[in-house]
Amino acid sequence: MSFLELKNVSKSYGGTPVLSDVNLSIIEGEFVAIVGYSGQGKTTLMSLIAGLIKPDSGTLTLSGQPITGPGPDRGLVFQNYSLLPWLTVGENIDLAVRSVFPEKTEAERAAHIDNYIAMVKLSHAKDRLPRQLSGGMRQRVSVARTLAIQPRILLLDEPLSALDALTRANLQDEINDICQSDKKTVVLITNSVDEALLLADRIIPLTLGPGATLAAPITVDLPRPRDRKALNQEPEFKRLRAQITDQLLGFSAGRKSSLSRKLVLPDILPEDLEAPRVSRPPRRLSEEKNETIVSA
Amino acid sequence: MRPFLEISQLHKTFPTPKGPLTVVEDFNLKIRKGEFIALIGHSGCGKSTVLSMIAGLADVSQGGIILSSKEVTAAGPDRGVVFQSPCLLPWFTAFENVMLGVNQVYYTASKLERTQIAEYYLTVVGLGEAMHKRPGELSQGMRQRCGIARAFALSPKMLLLDEPFGMLDNLTKMELQDVLLDLWQRDQKTALIVTHDVDEALYLADRVVMMTDGPNATVGEILEVNFPRPRNRKQLLEDPAYYAAREQLIGFLEERSHHRPVRTAHAAPPAPPAKPTGLRKLFGSLASA
Repeated sequence: MSFLELKNVSKSYGGTPVLSDVNLSIIEGEFVAIVGYSGQGKTTLMSLIAGLIKPDSGTLTLSGQPITGPGPDRGLVFQNYSLLPWLTVGENIDLAVRSVFPEKTEAERAAHIDNYIAMVKLSHAKDRLPRQLSGGMRQRVSVARTLAIQPRILLLDEPLSALDALTRANLQDEINDICQSDKKTVVLITNSVDEALLLADRIIPLTLGPGATLAAPITVDLPRPRDRKALNQEPEFKRLRAQITDQLLGFSAGRKSSLSRKLVLPDILPEDLEAPRVSRPPRRLSEEKNETIVSA
Repeated sequence: MRPFLEISQLHKTFPTPKGPLTVVEDFNLKIRKGEFIALIGHSGCGKSTVLSMIAGLADVSQGGIILSSKEVTAAGPDRGVVFQSPCLLPWFTAFENVMLGVNQVYYTASKLERTQIAEYYLTVVGLGEAMHKRPGELSQGMRQRCGIARAFALSPKMLLLDEPFGMLDNLTKMELQDVLLDLWQRDQKTALIVTHDVDEALYLADRVVMMTDGPNATVGEILEVNFPRPRNRKQLLEDPAYYAAREQLIGFLEERSHHRPVRTAHAAPPAPPAKPTGLRKLFGSLASA
């Protein structure tokens, strides 16, 4: 039975359809990656699942219950970290834990928080403010805060897009470890095919908007744990990587307007700006060619 | 025959309170006319410093750079630079931004011809319908398209690209790589791109030059990339040779980039050090950033 289910979901902003007729079904413990271009409605899709916005039509259900608003059963990690700048790492996480688990005692809460800070390897930075952390560390805090409310499903909205390649690779490995050890249900939104192949059980490409929808899912049958370097040798990895990349690039090739316009590239050569200005017609490549022919 | 661009014994030193710091040391490279070179290395290793010196935007501390038989001493329109952020003037439209340089370099040509040049390149990069918009109305990817059009429109002898697609999402990046390759092939330019994206380097370049970690960075290894052109991404991604090349580059970045090469060619490489753990890699990259 599917755990999270979207049926014929459509959403438009001011008349422009963003998503139309989106169908998605995720089983418990599955890691699904949605891959698509920027500005095509990936974040709108995430906000719908999180309950931050309502669909124009269609239904969203989480284990059979309709999604009507945001709730702690779905944990969302944003691309921009969204930490409160005046609270320390510990306090930022405490804020979430306090509101989701009001019954916990002070000591239980502290232990709970420390556990999750340790999980993302930030124990040494517990009392620092967000501005004293690097981008990668801030995103770790954001991940810890979301995990600490123990959501039933984890929603990752391009969590690593703002990070440099090396930091991103490290965080990918950490997310992979955490999700695999807990067997969490995860929806990851990303624009990186490599990231999706490294982490996901299924990859679903998002077509181009307006009125984007989900294309047919692709099952990623690569053995776990997946090692970035070993994957490079795997024929199945290469095949999937080529197939998905090609499919995504194919979407945009279809979008390009076939505007045929007569273009003229005049045959003129740039002038030497270090030499004094001259007043003569521009030099032309065609003339230069003629000269060489004559001299030869 | 002389190479088109010759970099010999290039050094760059910056003064610091603790004395001079040599960032780039004894960097040698020869580039043929029409060649596409990718320069890869970790962030902070000095890739961009080398590019700035070729562009004439940074002074050479020692050694020299010769571009088509002329020493590089200052910046000039014979070298077109595309930066990571396109640096467009916000109060000008895309078209006006391109015209700014075109009007200078083609001052002997007629107004009509100059307009045609700008329109040609803006259309080829895919801004045919958006060329009269200001940068604020354009997406990040479209602004970078404009930056590429601006560089090509001046018909430079050489094109220098400093992580031009670093700020774009992966898919937009691939689209723009195709735009760049298309123009490069059309105009038969000599190009040098600085990147830390292994796939980008392999897709674009004829040779990938791997730089060792700074300070005292220099050329570590050079990989010839012989895939046929025009390149087809799908074919490339299915080619076993592509993955072998990719592994060589990743292997260099992960394991061998810490070592300066031994002077004698093809000497046995020193034993690779223990692979850094995730956090050490992370903090290492932060310290060098």
